[in-house]
Amino acid sequence: MEFIDTYVIPGAIIVAQIMALVVPLLVAVAYLTFFERKVIGAIQLRKGPNVVGPFGLFQPFADALKLLSKETILPAGANKIIFLLAPMLTFILSLIAWAVIPFDKGMVLADINVGVLYLFAVSSLGVYGVIMSGWASNSKYAFLGALRSAAQMVSYEVSIGFVIITVLLCVGSLNLTAIVEAQRTVWFAIPLLPMFVVFFISALAETNRAPFDLPEGESELVAGYFVEYSSMSFALFFLGEYANMILMSGITVVLFLGGWLAPFDIAPFNWVPGPIWFILKISLVLFVFLWVRATFPRYRYDQLMRLGWKVFLPLSLLWVVITAGVLVTFDWVP
Amino acid sequence: MALQALVFYLFAFVAVASGVMVVTSRNPVHSVLFLILAFFNAAGLFVLMGAEFLAMILVVVYVGAVAVLFLFVVMMLDINFVELRQGFARYLPIGGLIGLVLLAELILIVGVWSFAPEVAVVAASPIPQDVTNTEALGQVIYTHYVLAFQTAGIVLLVAMIGAIVLTLRQRPGVKRQSIDKQNLRRPEDVVEVVKVTRGGGV
Repeated sequence: MEFIDTYVIPGAIIVAQIMALVVPLLVAVAYLTFFERKVIGAIQLRKGPNVVGPFGLFQPFADALKLLSKETILPAGANKIIFLLAPMLTFILSLIAWAVIPFDKGMVLADINVGVLYLFAVSSLGVYGVIMSGWASNSKYAFLGALRSAAQMVSYEVSIGFVIITVLLCVGSLNLTAIVEAQRTVWFAIPLLPMFVVFFISALAETNRAPFDLPEGESELVAGYFVEYSSMSFALFFLGEYANMILMSGITVVLFLGGWLAPFDIAPFNWVPGPIWFILKISLVLFVFLWVRATFPRYRYDQLMRLGWKVFLPLSLLWVVITAGVLVTFDWVP
Repeated sequence: MALQALVFYLFAFVAVASGVMVVTSRNPVHSVLFLILAFFNAAGLFVLMGAEFLAMILVVVYVGAVAVLFLFVVMMLDINFVELRQGFARYLPIGGLIGLVLLAELILIVGVWSFAPEVAVVAASPIPQDVTNTEALGQVIYTHYVLAFQTAGIVLLVAMIGAIVLTLRQRPGVKRQSIDKQNLRRPEDVVEVVKVTRGGGV
């Protein structure tokens, strides 16, 4: 009896909470692909998917069914275990980060003290899925794509780290709930506007999205690191990439756009519950992701590296110093 | 508590097993991946001890940065395993001798190891509940031992500058892109509109 009380029931509650988070997330990922095609279609004066179901709403499910019914191909020269491990790793990493994202006050799976560091750690692991798939495929295109992506992700991680430090200086805590609560008076996007821009652009590079999607540059590398993958293993990469996009938008919202807080703490705005605000803000950031993809041409590789190391790194370092200086001078240190 | 012990043994066992696999696996890429697994389990052990900051830093620094570069290099290497194993029997005696010497030294050190009497008092004192371990580490590094921290920083800076100086070489005739120059170009300065007369050429 005691065993059931101490282990089985809490375990079941945790599993139920995880399912309550992961299932809507996967639906969101499916509809993000749909949203992307609709938005880019509208920007290019097309209709986008509109055949399957009303307004094409069942398109993501049709795509998923198509991928599931395809054959899984294992290249003969591939390192089988690592080849199969890589997509799983990418997908798992894109899900576990959600454990610390707060949807409302107290509405979080694990409210840990070092939430931001956990997110940073998980996002820095994302590169392994890419490197492992590129190497295990035993194909030169996949390997080139993997090397590009690894170099890119490591470069932009550095400036993301400094941006996070700037935010932490203003909050005085690594806990994500505390970071959101610290934005009650003003969202950090306003006083730290340059850092917000740096963070958003670095997030684009970190998730390998246009205009920094060199790892999957169609014109020169076919499809980059997952060129040898098919069927479900490809679908896992795809899901992982889009879940990462939503995750990076979520982090942007938590760090800079006040998380679940209403934009103004007055009548019509604070009637809306927190999670709704959070989801609306994430959708807004995701829309900008797609807008950027439809608008900008791809960067050249040396320009990408220059932007990361010679522009963002000094700029974010400077802002860390300035923010710390201002906080100490005016005695605002939390 | 039983659960905690179980998780501890899981992490500890996987850490040791992957450590063994690092030195025994034939493929160097597999070795690095097992090394990463070992780091992970060490991070898990830190979390069990309540040192969550150290656990996260271990993952960020070692797994997220150092091991990535390591994997990068190892993947690029073209290692011939047959050639690598050729002199195995010839080098075995001297290798074994060095191993024995190291083992003897380790045993000598561990044999005479004893804790200072103050350690027992410090270790027995309760962990303050109101200070997170991020804050406590910050206090130690940036307040109590700030001079040592700054010295270590300067040593690292000098090492970095040294590495840059050693590898820097100026090659003549390299064309570089200057983004500022490109942005400052105006059509008036570089484009000349010419009225071409018939038969006259430009």
